[in-house]
Amino acid sequence: MSTPRPTPSHTVGPFYGYALPFPGGGETAPPGDPDTITVHGHVLDGEGTAVPDALIEIWGPGPDGELPRKGGSMRRDPVTGGFLGRNGVDFTGFGRVPTDADGHWAVRTLRPGARGEHAPYLSVCVFARGLTHHLFTRLHLPEPADALAADPLLASLPPARAATLVARAEPHRTFRFDIRLQGADETVFLEFT
Amino acid sequence: MALTQQDMDNEIARHREAYEKSVAEGAPRADHPPRDYPPYRSSLLRHPHQPLVVVATARDPEAVELGSPAFGDTDVTELDNDLTRRHRGEPIGERITVTGRVLDRHGRPVRGQLIELWQANAAGRYAHQRDQHPAPLDPNFTGAGRTLTDDDGGYRFTTIKPGAYPWRNHTNAWRPAHLHFSVFGTAFTQRLVTQMYFPNDPLFPYDPILQSVTDDAARQRLVATYDHSLSTPEWSLGYRWDIVLDGPAATWIEDGR
Ligand SMILES: [Fe+2]
Repeated sequence: MSTPRPTPSHTVGPFYGYALPFPGGGETAPPGDPDTITVHGHVLDGEGTAVPDALIEIWGPGPDGELPRKGGSMRRDPVTGGFLGRNGVDFTGFGRVPTDADGHWAVRTLRPGARGEHAPYLSVCVFARGLTHHLFTRLHLPEPADALAADPLLASLPPARAATLVARAEPHRTFRFDIRLQGADETVFLEFT
Repeated sequence: MALTQQDMDNEIARHREAYEKSVAEGAPRADHPPRDYPPYRSSLLRHPHQPLVVVATARDPEAVELGSPAFGDTDVTELDNDLTRRHRGEPIGERITVTGRVLDRHGRPVRGQLIELWQANAAGRYAHQRDQHPAPLDPNFTGAGRTLTDDDGGYRFTTIKPGAYPWRNHTNAWRPAHLHFSVFGTAFTQRLVTQMYFPNDPLFPYDPILQSVTDDAARQRLVATYDHSLSTPEWSLGYRWDIVLDGPAATWIEDGR
């Protein structure tokens, strides 16, 4: 049986801003949830210059490690056709934010739980003008240390490379994760087979 | 000094020849563009130098990327797939419908997943502050739509045909008319952002973004088919474009292919 060949990828280009970002795109955590964390960082190019037109998508499990199956990230108002924001209760696991003029992005979501042998992580997908094909990476929380040490992907990488996949703890349950597209300290990007 | 179209044509030809040579020597055909494609200048500082690290999902059923965010009726409104009905008046341009199916690598329909579409207006101008080239905005056209695939993987948009537009990759660079698409699958690994083109556009050979797909057959898969049976008398012209989501073997290799 022959299988159809895939549709090629193309860049998201510079003009997605009125179509893909949505109100509350970075507010993935239901308000007041005690497991809320903030993940944020800069996207940088091969010269260390901020990338002001990247789009970041975050996808991850809830604190119990389960992958959400609920819709409603882009909940809509049938009266005006506008966006209502999330319903305040359900966790969809999905966040999407454009970088700002400083190349910075931030998402408030729930602390991901561990799955299988993995240390807890969020899947991160990067789109930008100049990227002919999006890039996947993983944002791991910096603790617990034994979970990081046992993680099959992190363990398979040289320590300096693995370190690009671990966010840095900051005060107030905030974790910094810079994404370097190219060059020294280039972030590890993934291909799934 | 800014590159001319002739410089660009030479570069594009060189990359295509290098690709064809590699295939002749046994390299697998590439379905996607290389991330390092110098004719598309913006890729120069934005592609990783290190090879991607392979994650074998067949041995990793707990990978987060094997699930995908869900979208449902609450995430779209009934008007979202008609880009011509967002404002008081009708947009200027040639009304078209674009329809097709979203399939996985197994040829199975991808059901109930979100498709987002965005585009320039009929004059080739985006409703975006950073697009300041001298073409008119259309007060009756924004150019963004959404829909969910049906039980057969089908989708349908009504919109207007976008215009070609200039950009600053090289001197006299023009993009062929295209629709931007964003598609989700049942696994996050199947995520796809791409562009659909219209048949027989004379700008195809000059465009480093389309030509970044160096495989001739793969590039052809980005071009919709004009289908007269989809055209509606006195109303619209119809195009058909199927989308096949790539994805790791674990999501599509079953029963011996
Ligand atoms: Fe475009």
